[in-house]
Amino acid sequence: MEMQKLYLLVPLAPLVGAIVAGLFCRVIPRWVAHTSAISGVAIAFIASVFIFQDVAAGNTFNGPVYQWLTSGDYTFEVGFLIDQLTVTMMLVVTFVSLMVHIYTIGYMQDDPGYNRFFSYIALFTFSMLMLVMSNNFMQLFFGWEAVGLVSYLLIGFWYTRPTAIIANMKAFLVNRVGDFGFILGIGLVLAHFGSLDYKTVFEHAPKLANATITLYAGFESGTVSLMSATCILLFIGAMGKSAQVPLHVWLPDSMEGPTPISALIHAATMVTAGIFMVARMSPLFELSDTALSFVIVIGSITALFMGFLGVIQNDIKRVVAYSTLSQLGYMTVALGASAYSVAIFHLMTHAFFKALLFLGAGSVIIGMHHDQDIRNMGGLRKYMPITWLTSLIGSLALIGTPFFAGFYSKDSIIEAVAMSHISGSGFAYFSVMAGVFVTAFYSFRMYFLVFHGEERFGKAHAAVNDSSHAKQHDDNAHAAHGDDDHHATDVHEEHHGLAPGQKPHETPWVVWLPLVLLAIPSVVIGYITIEPMLFGGFFKDAIFINSEVHPVMEELAHEFHGAFAMATHALGTPVFWLAFSGVALSWFFYLKRPEIPASIKAACGPIYTLLENKYYFDKFNEVVLAGGARLIGRGLWKGGDAGVIDGLIVGGAVRLVGAVSMLARFFQSGHIYHYAFTMIFGVCALLSFWLLRA
Amino acid sequence: MSGMPLLSLAIWVPILTGLFVLATGSDRNAPLARMLALLGAVAGLLVTIPLYIDFDVTTSTMQFVELSPWIPRFNINYHLGVDGISMLFVMLNSFITIIVVLAGWQVIDNKVAQYNASFLIMSGLLNGIFASLDGMLFYIFFEASLIPLYLIIGVWGGPRRVYAAFKFFLFTLMGSLLFLVSLIYLFVQSGGSFSILDWHQMPIARVPQMWIFLAFLVAFAVKVPMWPVHTWLPDAHVEAPTGGSIVLAAIALKLGAYGFLRFSLPIAPDASQELSGLIVGLSLIAIVYIGLVALVQEDMKKLVAYSSIAHMGFVTLGFFMFSALGLEGALVQMVSHGFIAGAMFYCIGVMYDRVHSRQIVDYGGVVNTMPKFAAFFMLFAMANAGLPATSGFVGEFMVILAAVKYNFWVAFAAATTMIVGAAYTLWMYKRVVFGAVGNHHVAELTDINSREFLVLALLAIGALGMGLYPQPFTEVMHSSVNELLRHIAVSKIL
Repeated sequence: MEMQKLYLLVPLAPLVGAIVAGLFCRVIPRWVAHTSAISGVAIAFIASVFIFQDVAAGNTFNGPVYQWLTSGDYTFEVGFLIDQLTVTMMLVVTFVSLMVHIYTIGYMQDDPGYNRFFSYIALFTFSMLMLVMSNNFMQLFFGWEAVGLVSYLLIGFWYTRPTAIIANMKAFLVNRVGDFGFILGIGLVLAHFGSLDYKTVFEHAPKLANATITLYAGFESGTVSLMSATCILLFIGAMGKSAQVPLHVWLPDSMEGPTPISALIHAATMVTAGIFMVARMSPLFELSDTALSFVIVIGSITALFMGFLGVIQNDIKRVVAYSTLSQLGYMTVALGASAYSVAIFHLMTHAFFKALLFLGAGSVIIGMHHDQDIRNMGGLRKYMPITWLTSLIGSLALIGTPFFAGFYSKDSIIEAVAMSHISGSGFAYFSVMAGVFVTAFYSFRMYFLVFHGEERFGKAHAAVNDSSHAKQHDDNAHAAHGDDDHHATDVHEEHHGLAPGQKPHETPWVVWLPLVLLAIPSVVIGYITIEPMLFGGFFKDAIFINSEVHPVMEELAHEFHGAFAMATHALGTPVFWLAFSGVALSWFFYLKRPEIPASIKAACGPIYTLLENKYYFDKFNEVVLAGGARLIGRGLWKGGDAGVIDGLIVGGAVRLVGAVSMLARFFQSGHIYHYAFTMIFGVCALLSFWLLRA
Repeated sequence: MSGMPLLSLAIWVPILTGLFVLATGSDRNAPLARMLALLGAVAGLLVTIPLYIDFDVTTSTMQFVELSPWIPRFNINYHLGVDGISMLFVMLNSFITIIVVLAGWQVIDNKVAQYNASFLIMSGLLNGIFASLDGMLFYIFFEASLIPLYLIIGVWGGPRRVYAAFKFFLFTLMGSLLFLVSLIYLFVQSGGSFSILDWHQMPIARVPQMWIFLAFLVAFAVKVPMWPVHTWLPDAHVEAPTGGSIVLAAIALKLGAYGFLRFSLPIAPDASQELSGLIVGLSLIAIVYIGLVALVQEDMKKLVAYSSIAHMGFVTLGFFMFSALGLEGALVQMVSHGFIAGAMFYCIGVMYDRVHSRQIVDYGGVVNTMPKFAAFFMLFAMANAGLPATSGFVGEFMVILAAVKYNFWVAFAAATTMIVGAAYTLWMYKRVVFGAVGNHHVAELTDINSREFLVLALLAIGALGMGLYPQPFTEVMHSSVNELLRHIAVSKIL
């Protein structure tokens, strides 16, 4: 009973914080807002630690909080499932959230929306916790959409910026495309399992492993496996939330939001909801090789091709955003290879080092007075030593340097893919291997350009004018949206950046302290937790693997001889040398011979154009999908509603009535001679008719 | 309390107060008229509260029944009663009446007494529709309720009010006449009874069932409105004053849907089953086609009007899948739409009162000058897009889930509203509310006052409360819905 109150406290404490900061945001002073939000999240974190100890001791929980709705034979409840998977997510979410809350005090100190911001991020923490703690699909969907809402509000936080309010709408709508699949998947679950409760569904799943549903009656191929259809539909939801190709388009644009939320929502937590969901649904996905193949292929496309885009970005946040996309691809690949615990493991390590990288980027942005272009930076390590060191740690963790957190999780993914026999795993192996090189290259390209080399700030304006190509391109893309949001971007840009002669400076302690606190797990968390999480049976019943068909984890365990041995062994593997050569090449290109990238860019014009246009996904969506929908809508409105229904049918009826009454009115002229004439004419007609007939 | 004729009170308290309000006369007594109207509306809601508290959720029979002869020669009775299907609408209507009285408080300064009296009288008549168990009584309330609405659009409406009122009349007349013919046919066939409950039990052959169903369909489809007889609604909304739009969206649109449940399904169950494909098809057209049309609207009221039609598509879809989940989902959607569409129209009204334009292009950056309003508008926009934790989600969720079981592709088409509904609502919100201040009208806006805040807060409580805890709303429906489904499953053909 006591534990249940603690469970409730975890989501409700941030909610109360959000309500206090939000409802009274216009009247309370700033310290009340941030204190209420931060204490809410801190309480949630501390409670999560207690719950973690309890779960580690073997006490899991699955039960309702209240009955949301009953209808027919169905019961929908709000309830909690507290197991190893949940509690891992709870710790990651509350810890990163707490760091971001503290960081925000510094990052947002000059912003008039300070209180509102705290309200939103605390509300986000509540929503995310409801999502991970859910014991049923309904509440999962609730949390799923609620985090989407907060993401929408936060991407559009600076609501006067035209790019921000397009980005947030785009994020919401693209996520809705995913949710469209997701809700149909949930519908199939309810229709065939008779419940939305995880436990019931998972218990019934094996019995329905070979069930089929008929989509087109009368066609051979119209009958598909229930499990494959359900899992693929659910995964489409994950593709939206976790930004997998082709539903990834919203994530780079979400960088329009303030940096703390890029770290919290668009790197560490919300975007990993899809990964978490698939891991949670492992008892279903394990029953469909088709769905797993789909997952692994989508994941590997995302992992590799989004990495390429990171190479050409010049906005510091966008580099990190593409790296997030690529890493989400890695997690998805792990899911497809049935290495769910590895995916969650990478989710956790990534949450720490990617939040660190984003917050580090935010710190750089503060130091640079809100100039985000890495071509205007350089040599910052002298001026911002803490940011420099922590960012270096984050980058090393990201590229998978042995002993760092990212190494253990990424290497495990690569190993797992190598051992997987699911269709598509060959391509996936190539992608994740190539991805290692690409990741190392773009990460250290950014690192070198920002922290080393020539100090390019101060002459910022020349550089921006000279090479604002990418930025302009974005604006062009938005202009294609065809409405009224084309002003003010330039105004916004002008106010930022360092003045000539001005030097960057290290940020205040509220900003660098979270960096340090995140740097610690970025180094050590992998070394400490790999053994229990992957091979110690920590996830016991929380994740189901059909080991007979998908023995990846068992083979992986076979190869594993301790965290230290894994790291030392790695030094001789191609993975390490791929990463090393990526770093070396970027050093050579960007510090040693900076003229080389320019000449490559000139030589590979078409490829560069393709990358700069992000493979034309945005263009396609704007022109074909959004434009097409508006075109059809206008056609139906003007043609169908106004033309046929109102014009032809309603108007026709009116005209018919009008014509009949015109005719009637013609006879009702009021002139006696008209009536007399008509009467005589009628009599004659009748008479002749009668006579002729006789 | 149970001894009181609660339903009669729910009907006659607003009507009588309305007459008193009318008696205050000219606009010199406007403050008195407003106070009196508010008192009447509040009293009207108070008398309906025992309906919920004393409601017996275990039975599907009519409750709070009142029966006395009215025109004995034709066996027409003053026969009232509610079940789990109609009770919530009596309450919703009484609640919305308070909203519209408050909504017109400072805004309407021309013929104040007549304006408020129209709404109060209409409120009583609408309650009469939901409470009638006698066919002729229903018809009289049904037709009489049009008169105040017609006056509201015609007197306090916009520049093209005559066109709108005429179109509204043309569509409705067609349906009403067929409806009356059906009622008389049923009266004759039943051997001289106007009792709706008798008609429910009366066997009818297949072909007459078809004709009755189609006649009802025309009458109710116009009210819902269903595609293709929906084109009167956007025009009526655009010309109606804010209060008129609120009642039109929140209550008047529910009459057609309610008619399906009270007449079409139980009286002609075999025809309903046989023609369900037609209704499902029309509902899907309403959801997809109308959703796309809503996307390109330039007038905010038209946009929300089209969005209403799409949302009502979920209602008719839910009805004709014949599952408890779908039917209750549809009922939830009806109540929810009352809060949300009412609120959306009120939000547009709040802006219209200040800028005197409903065109999206005339706005931009409203959040800068009206932050409190923008927060409410965001909530209702999200509810309109069906975000979980708002009432807009519950009905859509239930209907989509029921549709997956009914037919995957029906669900597929219905679920597109997840994307399209969000697209038209948020695109409008973005263009109106977000961004830099668009023009000097927006720059001069003042944020909502405490009266407007109260109205929006009341509606927000409804939308959020129903979203977070829909169980109290659905538990009153269970018995009646299950009985209705059981009834439809049994053939009436002898």
